[in-house]
Amino acid sequence: MKQKKKWYDFLWIVSLTYLILGFFNILFAWLGLLCFFIPLIISITKGNKAYCNRYCGRGQLFSVLGGRFGLSRKKDIPKWMKSAWFRYGFLIFFFIMFFQMLWNTFLVFEGTRDLKEIVTLLWTFKIPWHWAYHGTLFSKGAAQFAFGFYSVMLTSTVLGFLTMILFKPRSWCVYCPMGTMTQLICKAKNHSRTTLQK
Amino acid sequence: MKKRAVIQKKNCVACGCCVKVCPRSAISVPLGIHAEIDYGLCVGCGKCVKECPASIITLEVTDS
Repeated sequence: MKQKKKWYDFLWIVSLTYLILGFFNILFAWLGLLCFFIPLIISITKGNKAYCNRYCGRGQLFSVLGGRFGLSRKKDIPKWMKSAWFRYGFLIFFFIMFFQMLWNTFLVFEGTRDLKEIVTLLWTFKIPWHWAYHGTLFSKGAAQFAFGFYSVMLTSTVLGFLTMILFKPRSWCVYCPMGTMTQLICKAKNHSRTTLQK
Repeated sequence: MKKRAVIQKKNCVACGCCVKVCPRSAISVPLGIHAEIDYGLCVGCGKCVKECPASIITLEVTDS
């Protein structure tokens, strides 16, 4: 018996659209903040991972590409990739890179630095992205944030895509910083309940 | 020979992939920390074992 599809089983279309929109107008990158705030709000208020479990379009996209399209080898992920130190280490690394991006945004906002119309892939490769920039009604900083945030989203998609091919479709979920963070919030929030049960 | 799925809770990332594939709705992630299996419903089909991105679910033979 197959489970009936719900509206939220199609959120992979939203994730895919988001990535495509970034090729046309970089300012759409701001919408990606939803993927940051919604999981955090759900985990803080409800104390669960309903976002990962149901609504994450990124995970669904990997599930569709790796599963239905057969782009995944479906092999076991290496042990070290699911270890606590790697997951927490990757979360810390992601945080550092994120704050560095926010700092760059601040410098452009302040006028100390010029806007760079580039997308940085895997924190290393600088790709010219000027075709997706058509000016902004707001501060140049708003555009810099868009370039920076889209870099974060594209980088994580590329990493997730690579591990999708090599291992199971949703391997990204194992080391996804948002997933690790929301799980930590759930652990803190439900601490009393889990210790009482034991 | 009856089988059932067993989760290594310590390494579970609570992503919910297993919940989605379970044909009997026997799995849930109630507190966002790890998945839980309802052994009244689990028939040991092994779909979750294949799906789990962390490969932490195994099939175990039960005596009963």
